[in-house]
Amino acid sequence: MIPFQIDISLVNLRNNDYSNYSYYCWRIQEIKGQKMAYTEKELQEKLETQEYQYGFYTDIESETFDKGLSEEVIRKISARKEEPPWMVDWRLRAFRTWTKMKEPNWANVQYQKPDFQDISYYSAPKKKSKYKSLDEVDPELLETFKKLGISLEEQKRLTGVAVDVVVDSVSVATTFKKTLEEKGIIFCSISEAIQKYPELVKKYIGTVVPQRDNFYAALNSAVFTDGSFCYIPKGVRCPMELSTYFRINQAGTGQFERTLVIADKGSYVSYLEGCTAPARDENQLHAAVVELIALEDAEIKYSTVQNWFPGDKEGHGGVFNFVTKRGLCHRRAKISWTQVETGSAITWKYPSCILKGDYSIGEFYSIAVTNNHQQADTGTKMVHLGNNTRSTIISKGVSAGKSQNSYRGLVQISPRAQNTRNFSQCDSLLMGNNCGAHTFPYIESKNSSAQIEHEATTSKIGEEQLFYCNQRGIDTEKAIALIVNGFSSEVLKKLPMEFAVEARKLLEISLEGSVG
Amino acid sequence: MLRIENLHVSVEDKKILNGIDLHVGPGEVHAIMGPNGSGKSTLAWVIAGNEDYQIEEGNLLFKGQPIEDLDPEERAVQGIFLSFQYPVEIPGVTVTNFIKTSVNAIRKARGLSDMPAGELLQKIRKTAEKLQIDSKFLSRSLNEGFSGGEKKRNEVFQMMMHEPTLSILDETDSGLDIDALKIVARGVNEMRSPKRSTVVITHYERLLEYIVPDYVHVILDGKIVKSGDKTLAQKLEAQGYDWIKNS
Repeated sequence: MIPFQIDISLVNLRNNDYSNYSYYCWRIQEIKGQKMAYTEKELQEKLETQEYQYGFYTDIESETFDKGLSEEVIRKISARKEEPPWMVDWRLRAFRTWTKMKEPNWANVQYQKPDFQDISYYSAPKKKSKYKSLDEVDPELLETFKKLGISLEEQKRLTGVAVDVVVDSVSVATTFKKTLEEKGIIFCSISEAIQKYPELVKKYIGTVVPQRDNFYAALNSAVFTDGSFCYIPKGVRCPMELSTYFRINQAGTGQFERTLVIADKGSYVSYLEGCTAPARDENQLHAAVVELIALEDAEIKYSTVQNWFPGDKEGHGGVFNFVTKRGLCHRRAKISWTQVETGSAITWKYPSCILKGDYSIGEFYSIAVTNNHQQADTGTKMVHLGNNTRSTIISKGVSAGKSQNSYRGLVQISPRAQNTRNFSQCDSLLMGNNCGAHTFPYIESKNSSAQIEHEATTSKIGEEQLFYCNQRGIDTEKAIALIVNGFSSEVLKKLPMEFAVEARKLLEISLEGSVG
Repeated sequence: MLRIENLHVSVEDKKILNGIDLHVGPGEVHAIMGPNGSGKSTLAWVIAGNEDYQIEEGNLLFKGQPIEDLDPEERAVQGIFLSFQYPVEIPGVTVTNFIKTSVNAIRKARGLSDMPAGELLQKIRKTAEKLQIDSKFLSRSLNEGFSGGEKKRNEVFQMMMHEPTLSILDETDSGLDIDALKIVARGVNEMRSPKRSTVVITHYERLLEYIVPDYVHVILDGKIVKSGDKTLAQKLEAQGYDWIKNS
């Protein structure tokens, strides 16, 4: 019964109301039991709404700092978050480092560099108290969640996925904490973790992505306002997919989340992250840092579906997505990154693995889709330090419109790492004649026992393929979706199944109108 | 069913068909034979609606209605099926997934709901058995790494799944060994009914021993130069096309 399995949506399509229905995260609504196939009709309804789907703005009263960045602003952020003194110092150190750094320009992207003094670094819904019941929650906020498809009301009835929602910068609600607590799992906002688990945060923050790592990481370290924190105790297998949902709401704010995931010895966790932003004509900055630590024999699976506003057809607006993601593997540990990147005007992102411990494993599975004027420069770094370490890279790039899509990857074998292996595969699919696909694979091997393989292909959706599909009754739009889904299938199947269904639909929407 | 009147077709300003007349009635099987480059495949592609082929003159009617302005997918919905001479590969899309997508796309255009998954699977299984297709084959990527024979068998498989009213088989026999040819022919024959019509395009008479045509047409330089019954095919096999050219 394999053939249909992947096409069955687990999503409960509430009243078929697709108008404000966004795409991922809400498989929470329905996990077991009633499986619903998503029908052509529903898909058609989706396809008819050509514009960016998440372009609603919620009028929540929020507290937003004046634009600009200085030590004073950082102190203010820290004070507002009631942080301990060591945290303020840490931030200030990062800020001082950042002021001496230059914005990198080696990536294959072109854009107007943001004016960092023209951004507000803090924006939070005003009501900051933690809610005990839904009655206390701002109704406007509840409405936002409804639009996102993750209303708290529904969440309460759900099983299987815990969600930590970050609207702008403050984590508003965390559910399923109780179930997790019983296992000793900590899943909360990073602000809460700084308050409650300072020793854990202090021990690990900045150890995988140091403050001075790069320009955006330094900026994030100085000004991050929220994000998620997760700790899985020794030997515990997290019983549910942990999920965080990001959304940029307020105009002119940057989102600087900081995520820290620690999997203690022999533990396992699967973490999902989804992102959207309202449509705006100015650029919004998103500079996140994600750090993963997998201690001995631990495994972390980190999946992202990124659908930030990509800008309009002329290339105005859209999110600048400058993200630093890195994981550290101890002995026999495994970190697996899976990403579906369809949004953002500019993506600059290289989820990486430091394979420090012997026998550790790093994996990177990526689909990056660019359309219109989008630019993506994305890939990974696999740094082999330990003996017998292995890594796998599967990257699929789809370019359409006038977009530019680059894969940039580094496989590095240190002189002392014996018997390491890497396999890389980079495939590009082009649609039309005005887009570009680029591959920049770097291999630095300093140990002759290493085995490194690299495969790359570039293909184009052909007229013949389209005619063949047309002849079988499949229209061109749907044919493209089918071909792209097929092209991406190796990566899609690495996603948790519920996520995969949404990702498939997202791929279809992202490429609408790309062949005329 | 299919009526072609004085059809002139060119591709990239090169004239290929020079006034074809053909009438295929319901339930009939017509064979179209001719040497390489005579325009056989062009005729198939024009009927299926490939936009690279320009109709310069003439009429193309299906079930009494002109279809020149219909997109290929609309013609498929009307019940036209083309078994490709060179089926394309679609990596990562399984045979089953492709069939499901196409069957449901056509159903949708006809105002029907999706075929229930169980029913579809059962139909796939039954059809696969008839064509002696291994179930592993169904979960492979469409035509990727298929042998020539597997590709052709897959085309006939899809034809049987769609149950079209007009099937055009473009060189379906090439690449098939004799056993596979018999299996495929059996599948095509099973589809024969008073409501369905078939156009078989081929070089060789061999296929026509198994799919016995009601009419045989010979196409030369984009024109039908001779029509007859199945004995015409046998005569061609024995004497070659020169016989017609010289007569």
